Amino acid sequence: MPTLTYLQAISSALRDELRADDRVLLMGEDIGVFGGAFKVTDGFIEEFGPDRVMDTPLAESGIIGTAVGAAVVGMRPVCEMQFSDFISCGFDQLVNVAGKMHYRQGLAVPITVRLPSGGGFSGGPFHSQNPEAWFMHSPGIKVVAPSTAEDAKGLLHAAIHDPNPVCYMEHKHLYRRVKGEVPSGVFETPFTARVARPGSDLVVIAYGAMVPVALEATEDLDGAAVEVLDLRSLVPLDEEAILDSVERCSKVVIIDEANATCAAGAQVAALIAEKGFESLDGPVVRVATPDVPIPFSPPLEAAVLPGVDKVKEACRELLAY
Amino acid sequence: MATHMAEPAAGGADAGVEHLTTEDRIWLLRAMLLMRGLEERAMSLYRQGRVPGSFYDGYGQEAVSAGAAFAMGPRDRLCILHRDLAAHLIRGVTPSRILSQYMGREAGITHGRDGNVHFGDRNLGCVGMVSMLPDMMLVATGMAMAFKLRGEQRCAMTWFGDGSTSRGDFHEAMNWAGVQKLPVVFILENNQYAYSTPLDKQFAVDPVERAAAYGFVGVTVDGNDVEAMFEAARAARERALNGDGPTLIEAVTMRMHGHAAHDDMKYVPKEQVEEWRKRDPIERQESRLRDIGVDIDALRASVKEEIDAAAEEALAGPMPDPVTATDGVFCVGEAEPLGDGQAPWSGFH
Repeated sequence: MPTLTYLQAISSALRDELRADDRVLLMGEDIGVFGGAFKVTDGFIEEFGPDRVMDTPLAESGIIGTAVGAAVVGMRPVCEMQFSDFISCGFDQLVNVAGKMHYRQGLAVPITVRLPSGGGFSGGPFHSQNPEAWFMHSPGIKVVAPSTAEDAKGLLHAAIHDPNPVCYMEHKHLYRRVKGEVPSGVFETPFTARVARPGSDLVVIAYGAMVPVALEATEDLDGAAVEVLDLRSLVPLDEEAILDSVERCSKVVIIDEANATCAAGAQVAALIAEKGFESLDGPVVRVATPDVPIPFSPPLEAAVLPGVDKVKEACRELLAY
Repeated sequence: MATHMAEPAAGGADAGVEHLTTEDRIWLLRAMLLMRGLEERAMSLYRQGRVPGSFYDGYGQEAVSAGAAFAMGPRDRLCILHRDLAAHLIRGVTPSRILSQYMGREAGITHGRDGNVHFGDRNLGCVGMVSMLPDMMLVATGMAMAFKLRGEQRCAMTWFGDGSTSRGDFHEAMNWAGVQKLPVVFILENNQYAYSTPLDKQFAVDPVERAAAYGFVGVTVDGNDVEAMFEAARAARERALNGDGPTLIEAVTMRMHGHAAHDDMKYVPKEQVEEWRKRDPIERQESRLRDIGVDIDALRASVKEEIDAAAEEALAGPMPDPVTATDGVFCVGEAEPLGDGQAPWSGFH
């Protein structure tokens, strides 16, 4: 199996889909001739041409809206938001047109929206956001967030094959930092959670860039056997896997890089309160970014984003409870 | 700017006749009569408390949707606005399903999941509108983009109002369609008011002039002349299929009723309404057809009969089962694309 970076795994999935299915079409700003702001589609235009690797006008609502139109007449558009933050400009088309279409009219909208998200590199308030909870709160949209190279490829294949709108959260901080063995060709990773490391004393529940943070923070935590559950999919949320981990570990720390209020982790905490209460041996603990825009300057940014030290501290306190 | 008045269609008032048989011209009248009759029936059902929510109609604007939709082929695709019921009728949606839709019944096109004219029968090549206007301009643009990418001889059509021209999606769609020279027909239904807001608070330049700025043709048509609407749409479709890109058709008309059933329209000068009443699109078409010997009374009687039967059928149908309220949020299985619609124009036979 080849070793790929997270970014190469995303490119590989897109390339394989374009080769396998004429209906697949990539749309986005600067993705063609330039190869994308992060070079995910570097070299694609030479192989697939400008019609299938489309440099669009600078119009996020236009990208999502036209993708919906193309999808309902049989195409499989994959849209790139240059940064996930810009989905705010295409939000209406996503939540009101795409998300509600099947419920209202029985008409499927098979579009994938790639959302380069997350902070940690001084991107500031408009290039660092984690908007996944916006979509979780909008019926009709699936949301996935890989943390490994293999899942980056497998979840993207599954997203493109899915007959529904799928928001694919690709974390920018993982692009070149995460590497791993990735099977060649087309394969699907299911929209379910994955036990990244089994344990029995405490479970850390995370997704995306917070999974490697959780693994590092708990690798050697005073000898405790800490489980790390990688959600991978936020809609649908793998309730069974979450409750199973809670039952086995009894103590839970949930990490979000997103702003804390109504984040994905808040939904997980609510689920545990409702359905896993009897298994708990301590309060559900959350580590999340406070409700502030992501600041630009490195010490300010580091002060708000969850990191290894904050997770360690939260786990130690809970283990001692 | 002052109230925008109707201007004759390019080629004169009878420009459409060249491409229309007598049967076609009757079809156009019948679609308008059905639309008006169904909306009048729905309004009375609303007053009886059988139509929940609010009620919107297109009284006086029937020619805009009837004429334009009539020029579309079975494989063309449509995103239809809330005052354009005739387009649904032309595509083949039956009157009883429409009344069921208004009443939130199981047999409605959305099975009670959405109300009034918020629907599109996917099996007939239509995508239903959303309330955020003009979102569907982008959807239509995307359909046209797919047709062009696949080299298909088809076009997309969508309708939107004068208020819509102020929103970003209007500009994004116009620009996108112009840049990619797409086979799409945009119909700006200028009915003088966006809810209560008149044109002079909406734009400083007649939006039909913006078409040129986006690189394509813009035409103004008398929106109360169904044959002129047909001819403008037919020509626009021909341009689209020839690879000559989009067309913006400004259909000048008047919203003769309030924004919705609750709206007494006191902000509209009475003289304006009276002036437009003289240009009723149905009376105009009836007069043309009467002149060539068509029995209008018989046509009206047959339309009434059809609506009576539809109302009876719709009223007998059940409401949706509450246990299904959470079903269908996601598609399970294969994504089925839009199907083909009815296209009664003799030019397609």
